[in-house]
Amino acid sequence: MAQHDALLRVDGLTVDLPGTRGDVRVVDGVSFDVPAGTTVGLIGESGSGKTMTANAIIGLLPDGARTGGRLSWRGEDLLHADGARRRKARGHEISMIFQDPLAALNPTQRIGRQVGEILRRDGVGRGEVRRRVVELLDRAGIPDPAERANRYPHEFSGGLRQRAMIALALAGSPSLLLADEPTTALDVTVQARILRLLRSIQETDGLSVLLVSHDLRVVANVASQVVVMYAGRVAERGPAPQVLRRPAHPYTKALVRSVPAVRTKTALADPLPGAPATPANRPAGCPFHPRCPIARDRCRTEVPPVREVAPGRFSACHFAEEVLTS
Amino acid sequence: MTLLEIRDLRVTFGRRRDPFVAVDGVSLSVGAEETLGLVGESGSGKTTVARCVAGLQRPDAGTVTFEGRPLERVGRRPAELQRAVQMVFQDPRSSLNPRMNVASIIGEAWRTHPSAAPSGDRTAALHALLADVGLDPDVATRRPGDLSGGQCQRVSIARALAVRPRLLVCDEAVSALDVSVQAQILRLLVDLRRTHHLAMLFISHDLGVVHQIADRVAVMRRGEVVEEGPASDVLGAPQHEYTRALLDAALDLDDAGSVTA
Repeated sequence: MAQHDALLRVDGLTVDLPGTRGDVRVVDGVSFDVPAGTTVGLIGESGSGKTMTANAIIGLLPDGARTGGRLSWRGEDLLHADGARRRKARGHEISMIFQDPLAALNPTQRIGRQVGEILRRDGVGRGEVRRRVVELLDRAGIPDPAERANRYPHEFSGGLRQRAMIALALAGSPSLLLADEPTTALDVTVQARILRLLRSIQETDGLSVLLVSHDLRVVANVASQVVVMYAGRVAERGPAPQVLRRPAHPYTKALVRSVPAVRTKTALADPLPGAPATPANRPAGCPFHPRCPIARDRCRTEVPPVREVAPGRFSACHFAEEVLTS
Repeated sequence: MTLLEIRDLRVTFGRRRDPFVAVDGVSLSVGAEETLGLVGESGSGKTTVARCVAGLQRPDAGTVTFEGRPLERVGRRPAELQRAVQMVFQDPRSSLNPRMNVASIIGEAWRTHPSAAPSGDRTAALHALLADVGLDPDVATRRPGDLSGGQCQRVSIARALAVRPRLLVCDEAVSALDVSVQAQILRLLVDLRRTHHLAMLFISHDLGVVHQIADRVAVMRRGEVVEEGPASDVLGAPQHEYTRALLDAALDLDDAGSVTA
């Protein structure tokens, strides 16, 4: 992908968090692009660093976190920008929605007030704020928006709360929306509606979305590009349909196999042994090697770099070509 | 042969004059060594049905019987019926006592049900039980906080198996686990079902997982069973409009890009 196409370019991003036994590198040299107007899926299990990557992009890391690498936002390095610049980007250029909107929304404030906050901070007049809040709630698919704007978060169902969260995230007209497990806590029928809403907003506004999820089915259905993370590093990335149909990393392959079909009976997959590696206990060499069905001596000692193994396909496996053709 | 029989079960919550009907006339049965999948969205009443079977919730009306004998609340249940029905919960960490090590957790199950306790060498029996669920003997001295989510769920399953049950009630037993660990626990449950001749009431919101392991499936909506039958029929050729709506909303890996505006 040509440089000018990327709205956001994550380049060698590292995040170190202070731990009880020294710093832990929870994100270790992660690189990928988010092209304008596309949805990129960031897939990973617990400890993969997917949420920390998203938090680093929007600048919401915990105290004591240290970062390295570059976050190139329309060519400007956001990672090393000052606090004022980052605050300005947050909400207006990049905004975020979370798995649990009830925790993210203020329980003591009416929905309309929270959605309108960024507009008020920008100095928009009262009447105009009110009008735009109702319009945003309406766009987020909230029925009777003028009345709902006066309600509190606890008066909303889970699906409506996530819609309110989306309205809030869109209030500052961002170009990139970070969505961290936005439908994980929702029932399937509600999930389908929220995903359709995100898709429609993306198409009408030309919004880019970075969808962080453990759920391959969700990512497969909405993302055009995917990044698969394991133990703080990129295992594989590329176009979603290709990566999920013909993985170039044994970890992606195992993940895909462990997702059963809904309408037909799938035989139980041969499960991977053990639990996902964590950045605090990252194995030497390839971090996936203790669980990998094709691991060899080289995998135990030599860290595999992310390399292009087929056009547009990047994998951090020494034997990616073998995985691709098997 | 029918093991578990649920007849006209009704459970209400809240005020007597204006009750919330969580379960509204549900009848289901589970045969010996059979797995019944119970699916539905939140608020459908599936967990309340499970809690009635486990004796954690008293129904307002209806009966639950095990081989023809009534299953009352857990405190009133004869010990052998308590033993016969064991439950595995969604969150393995919060369902295990964080202060007890694994050996004590299993030992407590044996103390509660002396008739199921090993007569000979307890350590050997404990290690054999841990091996059954794929855990090393050294796990015995560890506490839940030192174990991964998957290991904790294996301990929960070992605790249930320790008293030699005939029916396992699994309420979203793999939902909180990492995808790659989910497959391990499913495989374990399927293996144990065969080796220990277990029947299962398997509750899940994940239709794909239910399709993989259930013989029959019941679909619940707002306290009622709307459709029930062999798994391949209900999930492959659904008859009820709600089952069809659930299946339409469920995503598959194969229909990539299917979510359109």
